[in-house]
Amino acid sequence: MKILVCVKQVPDMESRFRPDAAGVWYAETDLAFRVNEYDEYAIEQAVLLKEQLGGEPEITLLSVGPDRVVEAIKKGLAMGADRAVHVQDPASHLKDPFQIASIIAAYARGEGFDLIFTGMQSLDRGSSQVGVALAEMLGYPCATTVVGFEYADGTVTVKRELEGGVKGMVRLTAPALVTCQLGLNQPRYPTLPNIMKAKKKEVNVIPVEQLLKQEARLVLTRFRAPAKKGGGVVLEGDVADQVDRLIGILKDKTAVLR
Amino acid sequence: MKALLVGECRDGKLLEHSHELFGFASQLGAETAMVLIGSEGALPSYGGTVYLADASKYGEYNPDLHKRLVQAAVEREKPDYVVFMHTSYGWDLAPRVAALLQAPQVSEVVALAEGGFERPCCSQKMRQVVQAVGSPVVLTLQGGAFPAVVPGGTPQQQPLDVDGKGRGEFLGYEAAARKGVDLSRAEIIVSAGRGVGKKENLPVIAELAKVLGGEVGASRPVVDSGWMEAGAQVGVTGQTVSPKLYIACGISGAIQHLAGMKKSGFIVAINKDRDAPIGEVADVLVVADVMQFVPALTAKLAK
Ligand SMILES: Cc1cc2nc3c(=O)[nH]c(=O)nc-3n(C[C@H](O)[C@H](O)[C@H](O)COP(=O)(O)OP(=O)(O)OC[C@H]3O[C@@H](n4cnc5c(N)ncnc54)[C@H](O)[C@@H]3O)c2cc1C
Repeated sequence: MKILVCVKQVPDMESRFRPDAAGVWYAETDLAFRVNEYDEYAIEQAVLLKEQLGGEPEITLLSVGPDRVVEAIKKGLAMGADRAVHVQDPASHLKDPFQIASIIAAYARGEGFDLIFTGMQSLDRGSSQVGVALAEMLGYPCATTVVGFEYADGTVTVKRELEGGVKGMVRLTAPALVTCQLGLNQPRYPTLPNIMKAKKKEVNVIPVEQLLKQEARLVLTRFRAPAKKGGGVVLEGDVADQVDRLIGILKDKTAVLR
Repeated sequence: MKALLVGECRDGKLLEHSHELFGFASQLGAETAMVLIGSEGALPSYGGTVYLADASKYGEYNPDLHKRLVQAAVEREKPDYVVFMHTSYGWDLAPRVAALLQAPQVSEVVALAEGGFERPCCSQKMRQVVQAVGSPVVLTLQGGAFPAVVPGGTPQQQPLDVDGKGRGEFLGYEAAARKGVDLSRAEIIVSAGRGVGKKENLPVIAELAKVLGGEVGASRPVVDSGWMEAGAQVGVTGQTVSPKLYIACGISGAIQHLAGMKKSGFIVAINKDRDAPIGEVADVLVVADVMQFVPALTAKLAK
């Protein structure tokens, strides 16, 4: 069995974002990057399945992006993936979700993966398109926003999360793709021995030009902070002073403190 | 200009937020038609064309067939835009329709801006404006971003059919896990977010709730990590609350969390990040470390 896990590297969301020189995306200076949270659930689910099946499946991790994404790849390998593909693309942020999906599809088409795991969305772009578009391009059935996953004999049974805590139960036949949501599992921390082992695993580097055959359908024209709604009071500075000011405001503006 | 609006049914009823599609179309200044996989009982009061496919035949969740039904309506209407809500139905189906139509897709649109579509990015902290090349353009709309509009009238029904069956099998719904306190009745809620740091810190939040005579809520990651039980979760996939006072401790303010608490009477957020999106809805944003500020506040209130 062959499993593919798609991984994106994204900035820490507690960062301060500033527009890049073109004003269309964030400048990367001063940002710390990590594995997209949703993709960590994807990696973990693949590794759990490998464990369930006695170590038989081979897990390939794929990331499209500039050189820095090697860090994300290393983490995935240390969590238990077997090998990795780095589609090298210094301008991946300018590709639209459809192009990214087509790049991955161009790689995956010849490989015959039985299962593909992706995150339901990325934290930076948040299009929730890449996983589904990839499945459509490969002709795989697909389920999104998965919070429960079971596999037996080529059949995948998943729980999709719907609004209001309701779940939808769906059964798919492999080959299939699922997009992973918060709460699917608890991603493991790589252990030191596994980090060491990961260093020896194969990382196949492919320049993006070899895989990209599609023109962009979306053009980014602007990146900026949301217009401030205003009105809200911001309390900064000394904690004791903040406490007093907050209590004053609550007494003034609400009926909850007497 | 024409927009084909994709309505959404659950358990045979039109979902309320489908009306936001009409609000968006009127901002766009587009003529409309709707496509709905549902039943006559789910038709909106709307005087335009509704392409109606029978959910009892095609299933409420059968993306392979739903995408072809939408495609069939697109062929008849030739719209410039195909518009979904950005819901578990919309984000699942829209990319399939876009792939089938070879169309550009813009997800989670919050506004029309500068000749393009404005959408959130970087976990709602930032906005981007995106222009689409090609036609039709597939869009999904963020819930609550556009006004719900009931246009009124009686729809002209057009039956919609396709052959074949889907690949996946929908096995049914599982009801929401509901145990613990009913936060929807609480007057004061103090909620813990991932910024609280670890499970061992939660008593600090509980003590503040206690001196205020309120209940404790949580954001999603706190529940997913097993720090608190599922019943405490506030948000789209948790409870919807409207207390007189909501105190968000170490919560960033993701749209899915805001959806559950933004109707609160007065909102206080404690966050060390001055730019956290929770600041958009908070009446007071305290820029501080929760573990320093909350115990100090509790101590002062307890006096
Ligand atoms: C389909 C879907 C449904 C979802 N449903 C829900 C839902 O119902 N409810 C929900 O809550 N989420 C839901 N989510 C998840 C949501 O998108 C966010 O991931 C989640 O709300 C983030 O929780 P958080 O704010 O606690 O954590 P984070 O986003 O990680 O934010 C932590 C915040 O704490 C601050 N912080 C960190 N340390 C400190 C400190 N020491 N002192 C003060 N502040 C600190 C940080 O600045 C940051 O702003 C859903 C997501 C999806 C995709």
